[in-house]
Amino acid sequence: MADTTATASATLTKSRAAPRRRIKSSTIVMGLYLLFLMLPIYWLLNMSLKTNTEILNSFSLWPQNLTFDNYATILTDPAWYMGYVNSLIYVLLNTVISLAVALPAAYAFSRYTFLGDKHLFFWLLTNRMAPPAVFALPFFQLYSSVGLFDTHIAVALAHCLFNVPLAVWILEGFMRGVPKEIDETAYIDGYSFGKFFVKIFMPLISSGIGVAAFFCFMFSWVELLLSRTLTTVDAKPIAAIMTRTQGAAGIDWGVLAAAGVLTLVPGALVIYFVRNYIAKGFALGRV
Amino acid sequence: MNKTLNQKAWFLVLPVLLLVAFSAVIPLMTVVNYSVQDTFGNNQFFWAGLEWFDELINDDRIWDALWRQLMFSAIILCIQVPLGVFVALNMPKKGFWASFCLVVMSLPLLVPWNVVGTIWQIFGRVDIGLLGYTLSSLGIDYNYTSDPLAAWITIIVMDVWHWTSLVALLAYAGLQSIPDAYYQAAKIDQASRWNVFRYIELPKMMGVLMIAILLRFMDSFMIYTEPFVVTGGGPGNSTTLLSIDLVKLALGQFDLGPAAAFSIMYYLVILTISYVFYTVMTNMDKKEG
Amino acid sequence: MAKITLDNLAHSYNPSPQSEDDFALKELNHVWADGEAYALLGSSGCGKSTLLNIISGLLTPSQGRILFDDVDVTQASTADRNIAQVFQFPVVYDTMTVRDNLAFPLKNRGASAQYIAQRVQQIGAMIGMEAELDKRARGLTADAKQKISLGRGMVREDVNALLFDEPLTVIDPHMKWELRTQLKSLHHEFGHTMIYVTHDQTEALTFADKVVVMYDGRVVQIGTPEELFEKPQHTFVGYFIGSPGMNVIPAQVENNIATVHGASVTLSQSYTSLNGKVELGVRPEFVSLTDGEGLPVKVRRVEDVGRHKIVRAELFGNDINIVESEGTSISPDMNRIVFDPAKVNIYVNDWLKEGEAA
Repeated sequence: MADTTATASATLTKSRAAPRRRIKSSTIVMGLYLLFLMLPIYWLLNMSLKTNTEILNSFSLWPQNLTFDNYATILTDPAWYMGYVNSLIYVLLNTVISLAVALPAAYAFSRYTFLGDKHLFFWLLTNRMAPPAVFALPFFQLYSSVGLFDTHIAVALAHCLFNVPLAVWILEGFMRGVPKEIDETAYIDGYSFGKFFVKIFMPLISSGIGVAAFFCFMFSWVELLLSRTLTTVDAKPIAAIMTRTQGAAGIDWGVLAAAGVLTLVPGALVIYFVRNYIAKGFALGRV
Repeated sequence: MNKTLNQKAWFLVLPVLLLVAFSAVIPLMTVVNYSVQDTFGNNQFFWAGLEWFDELINDDRIWDALWRQLMFSAIILCIQVPLGVFVALNMPKKGFWASFCLVVMSLPLLVPWNVVGTIWQIFGRVDIGLLGYTLSSLGIDYNYTSDPLAAWITIIVMDVWHWTSLVALLAYAGLQSIPDAYYQAAKIDQASRWNVFRYIELPKMMGVLMIAILLRFMDSFMIYTEPFVVTGGGPGNSTTLLSIDLVKLALGQFDLGPAAAFSIMYYLVILTISYVFYTVMTNMDKKEG
Repeated sequence: MAKITLDNLAHSYNPSPQSEDDFALKELNHVWADGEAYALLGSSGCGKSTLLNIISGLLTPSQGRILFDDVDVTQASTADRNIAQVFQFPVVYDTMTVRDNLAFPLKNRGASAQYIAQRVQQIGAMIGMEAELDKRARGLTADAKQKISLGRGMVREDVNALLFDEPLTVIDPHMKWELRTQLKSLHHEFGHTMIYVTHDQTEALTFADKVVVMYDGRVVQIGTPEELFEKPQHTFVGYFIGSPGMNVIPAQVENNIATVHGASVTLSQSYTSLNGKVELGVRPEFVSLTDGEGLPVKVRRVEDVGRHKIVRAELFGNDINIVESEGTSISPDMNRIVFDPAKVNIYVNDWLKEGEAA
């Protein structure tokens, strides 16, 4: 009796455990893909923790003589770390400006028809399609002539070129999902437009605002051509400062790698905070 | 949603209009202005008419760059769209591993573009890069600084690394919106895996996939920083894409006239192709509604 | 077509259930006959969808077995079970035409082209969409889409069972009636075993041969509509079925006398030593107002609903409903009620108690 029970429970455990032990093909696919994504970043991190001698003279998968000197170089030299500050300032400025102007516009596009609305909307989108290379030179001249050259606001405004259309487009998608009856009820309840917009409407599309902010942050943070063209010293972004590593004695690989790793940090932080909304966010309110 | 007619809505779009006018229209006017003039410095300009455009059209250098650009965009679209969809189909649906995959996959998207270039420049180097070192120890002759083919493969793999996740995340978002009942019905109907993809997943993904294709086309057509950092447009001119060529012309040689004419034609090409995409997309939206 | 046996079946969404409360579906032992139409009736969250998904194989039960014609299918995949299911919201393949939608389950099983064409035509006629067969499914209205789902469920003739998960939720009221009648005639014609989940008692009572009433993860009664009406096994069945539901009145019962707040009622059966919460259940249809002997009530309102009148009254502080036929006249001095003794049921702790003949 005891025997049969034992065998029975044994077969039971076996049949239960079997599907778990078999690795699914999707796990392999994802494993390989994530490995492909992480390897180059790992290599950068690996190099940032080595000395230049080690980088150039031996090949190893992990640092043999772990060193944080490269990071120390960056974090103690204002010429280096101010680059991060500059980048963050214009990125945040840009995000705020983009959202501030895009919110009312997206509301107008999602709720009303007016003369030329469709053309205007398409024209806005065309700016997202404008190659920064086309605008580099005219921006340089424009901002020099109005005395904004080498300021944070210049870069922030320049990045509005592609971020404002994108923000309008994303927000319009989210706003379309909010029933119009909500607006009408609020007006009947005696809300003014401004009060309604801030108190009722904005909380309703908060996820949309978050998504738009995420994309503005992302595209402003990663752009280099315009931000480099429009700055020399005072507002120079970190990405441009990285060319400093190219000295007379060749490239300072360790510091270059450390600077690169540090540029990943703000992005990684932002992603960490929005991790639960990424999937929904990438639907851009249009699914 | 049926919208109300309200001309006052113009006031709401006014801030956007002013801002974009300042940051797009004025510079664009400058470009148009330059494109029809000639200068010998000292801020003296002469009317040049369509001379620059004429010169440009007959210049092989531009045509070569355009050809390379189209090749590049076509190749990365052909790789990234199917691969992105494939990855999305294999992603975990929920739980810790789903968030984990999302976080790791988003990471390349937030790397500054020159750092993307730097990462791959290092990664592919034969002396200190993991990829280059491994390939050459395997006896493969790989050197992106001297071999055009290796340079092309490097910038394409780099772009796949950089942007496939965007396509995958969009496709994943589309997949997440499919109710479970569809999969259950498919099981009951004994649909094959391929039929589930063909008749359930693909139709539901189509909307976001069009967005992904549009975004990827535009951004790949404007790409500058990443390949410039890796190859500088070389070896020779083999990886000189349109933006790289334009910046060389405008900021490198300060040939304002030709650069401006180049800019305008560049912009028009993007607009035309994007317009085709946009029309297709809105038509599909209408069909669905 | 198959007989369905639920053997010791239970399910919990919690992987390691601690107590009975963790089970969405509590232990079940039932045999459902081949070729009958069953309705699973209950309010939302009572476990009826869980049970349906276990039968269709979308869920694997955490304990027990399920058998189709005495073959254990507990671990079998949905496709192997050879069942058809229609969901609450329309599931159609948007990019296909209506015809291809209907043909899809047959094509996947490798039926001959000629048979498919003929069968699709037949189903198309049955759901009244012959004219739209070559239209794309995408642009159709929600109820047209749901008709396609129904059609796709019925297109295979050899299915073991046809399952419906509240399929008429999105359908217009007048279409609902029509489709339900069609389903019923279809059942007569082909004799499929059908299981129909709903929270609407009218739907359940008009559709099914047997109604399975579920409450809190338990099957409280399986019976014909008449049985549910006359002998509810559980006070919940009494409440849930009938409009208005059964009156349940706290009472003490000794032999064939029930005492309600000191007033006594004679029963047709006799009971001895009842322990626990004892209640007397009687349907409003079997209560009548009288000006003679009976329990005293205070009439609050009389509603005339056409075929009959509903009297809302108060009996010792408890609500009581009385149904009087359209013809009876109600006068102000009718302030007492009598029960039809044969139709009074006694419940102990909510479950029906059968007595002995008095």
